[in-house]
Amino acid sequence: MENVPAAFRNRASERAMRTWTLLVLVFIYLPMVAVVLASLSKIRFFMFPVKAWSLEWYVSVLSSIEIRDYLWTSLIIATLVTVISVLLAIAGALAFARYDWKGRSIYQKLILLPIFFPQAVLGLAILLWSSAWDVSSGWELAVFAHLVWIVPVVTLVISIQVYGFDPAVEEAAFDMGASRWQVFKEITFPILWPGIFSGALFAFLLSWGNFPLSAFTTGAEQTIPEWLYAKMVAGYTPQVPALGTLTTLLAGVLLLGGYWLGTRRRK
Amino acid sequence: MMNAPGPSSLSKARKDSESVIPMPGSPTRLQAFAAWARQPGVLLSLPALVVFLFGFLGPLLLVILYGFMPARSFGLDHLPTLENFVTVFQDSYYLSFAWSVGLALATTIILMLVCWPVAYGLSRIFRRSMILTLLLVLPLFVSENVRLFGWVLTLLNHGILDGTARTLFGWEVSDLLYNVPVTIMGMVYVYLPFMLFPMALGVSMIPEACREAAFDMGASRWQVFREVEVPLAMPGILIGALLTFVLTLGSISEAKILGGQSVIMIAHDIETAFTYAQNWPLGSALSTLLILLTGVLVIGLLSKLNIDKLLSRK
Repeated sequence: MENVPAAFRNRASERAMRTWTLLVLVFIYLPMVAVVLASLSKIRFFMFPVKAWSLEWYVSVLSSIEIRDYLWTSLIIATLVTVISVLLAIAGALAFARYDWKGRSIYQKLILLPIFFPQAVLGLAILLWSSAWDVSSGWELAVFAHLVWIVPVVTLVISIQVYGFDPAVEEAAFDMGASRWQVFKEITFPILWPGIFSGALFAFLLSWGNFPLSAFTTGAEQTIPEWLYAKMVAGYTPQVPALGTLTTLLAGVLLLGGYWLGTRRRK
Repeated sequence: MMNAPGPSSLSKARKDSESVIPMPGSPTRLQAFAAWARQPGVLLSLPALVVFLFGFLGPLLLVILYGFMPARSFGLDHLPTLENFVTVFQDSYYLSFAWSVGLALATTIILMLVCWPVAYGLSRIFRRSMILTLLLVLPLFVSENVRLFGWVLTLLNHGILDGTARTLFGWEVSDLLYNVPVTIMGMVYVYLPFMLFPMALGVSMIPEACREAAFDMGASRWQVFREVEVPLAMPGILIGALLTFVLTLGSISEAKILGGQSVIMIAHDIETAFTYAQNWPLGSALSTLLILLTGVLVIGLLSKLNIDKLLSRK
């Protein structure tokens, strides 16, 4: 080993890593491709290779009023979660990474705890908690449950941006006589914008795709992931893969669009 | 100066019993607290802290309290009892607990091996390639049900794998679903990003100069890995391992959708106790055990981490 020149040694292991990464990507995307194939095949119960193709399941998904209701529920929850969690997380991230105060290191760890906890059990605990407060379940409770988990995630995402931010710029603005609000609006917010933007994107997408927290908190109402699960377990129709494909596409488009906007801003 | 020492005997007694002697002009404890609480950091921390206390700590404490209530009661107005915990060990609930711990361990170890080369490549070879990162992040945003269902379609008899093998080679690759290995594969699949990204953060903390120096001093590839790279990337590896372990420990969907209930996970027992069985105290007792195990592990690790150093990358 010692006699092998460094360049060669790196190239061999580099090739191995590239191959392995490709295999991992295949592992990640193979089942998603399977979902797309099932949504496009004509027969009710999936068989591969696909013999007859059809778009009828997409037509039935898009024309179903029932599914439109679930779509609205999901959208309302995700939108509210995004707005609220970003507002809370901007404050939280400044406390997390910008200011030095006694108790900060405990705060940093406390705030992260919900990320390190199984969501299904958290959902049940919140359900129990809400019944103790006489709050009935519904999409409002789901928003609350999502926030418990998503606020820490967004705080973390924005904090990474805050760490790269030089407090001297804020102080300079104060010295020049700017008010607190002016400094936030003209200095802090624009500098933190990339982090806030990715935090908002994360919040929306995580809420949009969440199943375990919604499952125990939405009560009689249903989100898209809940409907998909219910139909997988009983009364399967290829509407499941069709809607699954559509939601995956939406997530992908939002993610790519967000990335595209992010790079365009930087130029 | 409300707390300035006055001539009354009451304040004298207080002064003697406490070591803090407030002098006129020097801050008292209350004033010190008020000064602390007025700092922008403290004020800004409050909203997220309220969500944490009211949405996380409160519910979990309530669950722990319910764990000590008599079986099938629906309130906290009973004398505390340990009967639920006795039931956990008598009615073989500990088996699902053991299975969950075992599967979580297996998943964590497999994911460490699977993710290391990718995490390594992500920060060295691919130079944080944005497209690759996006491809690896996207699954996080697709409901795990949909992705696990994709595996059902892949592994089903006449599914993607079986169908391909039949058409190309005339082989039958059937009955792949509903067993323990496929359950583990589902967990590895769903929790991969949770190991990968913290691990990549850890790998990015290895200074290139350290590796070069070790190679120059004649260390073998294996020695560099074991003595330089792994120790330096350890914070990231540990966070990834902890996240994976804890989330797998409390998972339900993989065992249900892919495993076909060949393994009953603890979270499934908890769910059943809370919903079908309407036995909140039993579900709470099971949850309490889960909260204890994850709490010890998570607090043990987080208390050792320096979050500023880990995230600021300076």
